[in-house]
Amino acid sequence: MTTLDAPIQMGRQRRVWRNRLFQGAMLFAMLVAFGTLAVLLVDTVVTGWPELDRQLFTEPPSTVAEEGGGRPAILATLYLGFLVLFMSVPIGVATAVYLEEYANRERWYNRLIEVNIQNLAAVPSIVYGILGLAFIVRGIGLGRVVLAGALILTLVVLPTVVVASREAIRAVPDSIRQGAYALGATKWQVVWRQVLPAAIPGMATGSILALSRAVGETAPLIMVGAVVYVAFDPTILGAYTALPVQIFNWTKQPDPTFQTLAAAGAIVLLVIVLSMNALAIFVRNRYRKRW
Amino acid sequence: MTSAHVPVGQAVTVLPRKRIRWGEVGVQALLFLAATVSVLTTVGIVLSLVLPATEFFREVSPWDFLTGTTWAPLFLDAQFGVVPLIVGTLMISFWSSLVAFPLGLGVAIYLSEYARDRVTRVLKPILEILAAIPTVVLGYFALTFVTPLLRDLGLDVEIFNALSASLVLGVMLIPTVASLSEDAMAAVPRDLRDGGYALGADKLQVSTRVVVPAAISGIIAAFVLAFSRAVGETMIVLIAAGQLAQITFDPRETIATMTAFIGATGNGDIPTGSIEYKTIFAVGLTLFVMTLVMNLVSIRLVRRYREVYE
Repeated sequence: MTTLDAPIQMGRQRRVWRNRLFQGAMLFAMLVAFGTLAVLLVDTVVTGWPELDRQLFTEPPSTVAEEGGGRPAILATLYLGFLVLFMSVPIGVATAVYLEEYANRERWYNRLIEVNIQNLAAVPSIVYGILGLAFIVRGIGLGRVVLAGALILTLVVLPTVVVASREAIRAVPDSIRQGAYALGATKWQVVWRQVLPAAIPGMATGSILALSRAVGETAPLIMVGAVVYVAFDPTILGAYTALPVQIFNWTKQPDPTFQTLAAAGAIVLLVIVLSMNALAIFVRNRYRKRW
Repeated sequence: MTSAHVPVGQAVTVLPRKRIRWGEVGVQALLFLAATVSVLTTVGIVLSLVLPATEFFREVSPWDFLTGTTWAPLFLDAQFGVVPLIVGTLMISFWSSLVAFPLGLGVAIYLSEYARDRVTRVLKPILEILAAIPTVVLGYFALTFVTPLLRDLGLDVEIFNALSASLVLGVMLIPTVASLSEDAMAAVPRDLRDGGYALGADKLQVSTRVVVPAAISGIIAAFVLAFSRAVGETMIVLIAAGQLAQITFDPRETIATMTAFIGATGNGDIPTGSIEYKTIFAVGLTLFVMTLVMNLVSIRLVRRYREVYE
C-alpha cells in the first residue's frame, strides 16, 4: 500500500497548497479594494483637515484661497438633493408600479420601456450633460440654473430608482395581492394599500442610494451649471456651483492652498454621501421583511 | 341584488356588468405616463446628439473625423480627427480593466463560494461604499496621492498620466464587476456544485471549473458593463489623465479621452452654433454609440444566464 499512498499523499499536499494560494489571491483582491478605500478616506481627511473650519461653511469662494469657502456650493448641493428627491422618487416609483403591476409583457411597447431603462442605467452621465446643455439650458432657454441641474440629475438617477423599486415590489408575495382581491379590492386599492406599503423599505433603500449618487455626480453638472465663482447663495432659478463642481474647480488651481480646500470640500461631500449610504444600509437591515 | 328574487331551484347565471372605473383607468394612464419619461429621455438624448452632430458632419466629413489622427479643434487650423481621443479612451479602459476584471472576479468568488454569511453581510456594504465615492474625489485622489506614489516607486510618470487614472478607475470598478459576477454565480444551482464535490473535487476546483464556467455569460456581462463604464467615466480622467489628445500607448504619458474633451469644452462658454460647440455633440455621439453597443451586449448576456438557471 505504501507505494500507492505516497503519490496520493503528494497530490493531497499539492492540493492544499493550491487552495491556499487561491485563497491568498482572493484575499489580495479584497485587500486592494478595501485598502484603497481606507487610504483614500484617511488621505482626504488628513489633507483637508486644516481648511475644514467654519469659514468653509460661511464664506463664498474667493480668488484668495485663505479667504475662500464653499457656502454657495454646499447650499446648492442641498437644494439639488431635495429637488432630485421630489422629482425622481414619484416618477421612478410610478414607473416601477406600472412595469410590475400593470404592464403586459407581451406588448412590444412595454418590452421597449424595460430594455430602454436597462440601457439608460448604463449611459455615461456626461451624455446626460449633453442632453441638458442642448435641451434644457439652451433649447428651452432655462439657462444654467439650479433647476436645470436638478432636472438632469433626476434623469441620471431615475433608472436606479426604477430598478430598486421594481425589485422591492417583486419581493411582495402574490398571496398578499390575492388576499386583498378576495376581499373585493380594486387593482389600485391593492397596489396603494398593500403592495406599496410592503415595498417601502426596499424602495427607500434604493432611493437613498440613488440620491447619494446624484449628490456626488459631477460630470453632467459641469455641462449645465457651474460658473466658476458664485459668490452669493443660490436660488432655484439662479446661477450656482454644486459642491462636486466646486471641488473640481479648486483642484484645477495652481495655489496649493486650493488643493487643501479641495480636500476639505471632499470631506464635506464624503460625509453627506457616506451618511446617506449608511442610512440606506440601516433601513435595509432594520426594516427588511422576510415573507 | 337580482339573485335575491330568483325562486329556489331555478338556475340563472348572473353575469356581473363590466363597469368602467374611471379612477382605475386614470391611475393606470398616469403610471404609464411616468413610464414614458424614460423613453422620452432616450429620444431626447438621441435627438440632442444627432441633430447638432449632423450639422458638424456637414462641415467635417465623417471619414476625416473617424480616421483623422490629429485632434486640434480649437486651433486656427482646426483638425478634427477623433482617433487620438478614441485611443486615449481605450487605453484608460484597457488598463482599468486589467485591474478591475481579475480583482473583481476574485472578490466575487470569495463572496459567493468562500465567505460565511456573517462575513458577507459586513463586506458587501463596504463594497457599496467604495462604489459610492464621488468620482471627483477619486480623481483628486489619483492626482494628489497615486501619481506622487508612482513617482516615489520610481515610475517616470507625467503629472497628468493615464496610469494613475486607470488604477483608481480600476479599483472603482471592482464593486461593479464583483456584484454582477456574484449574482451570476449565485444563480448557479447547488446541484452542479454537489456534483463536483461528489466526484472528489475540492473547493478550488468546484469554484474555478464548475461555478465560473457555469456563470460565464453573467461574468462576461459584468466585464462588458465595467468596460463600458470605464469608457464613459469622466471626472477621474479629466482630473488625473489630462487633456492632451495624442496617440500614445505609454500609460505614463498625458492623454485625453472623449469624455474629458466633452467635459472640458462643455464647461466653458462656447457660442452656440460654432464648430467648437458642435464638436461636443459629434464626440458625444461617438461615445454614446460605443457604450450603447456594449450595454446591449451585456443585457443580452445577462438574459441568457437567467434563462438557463432561473
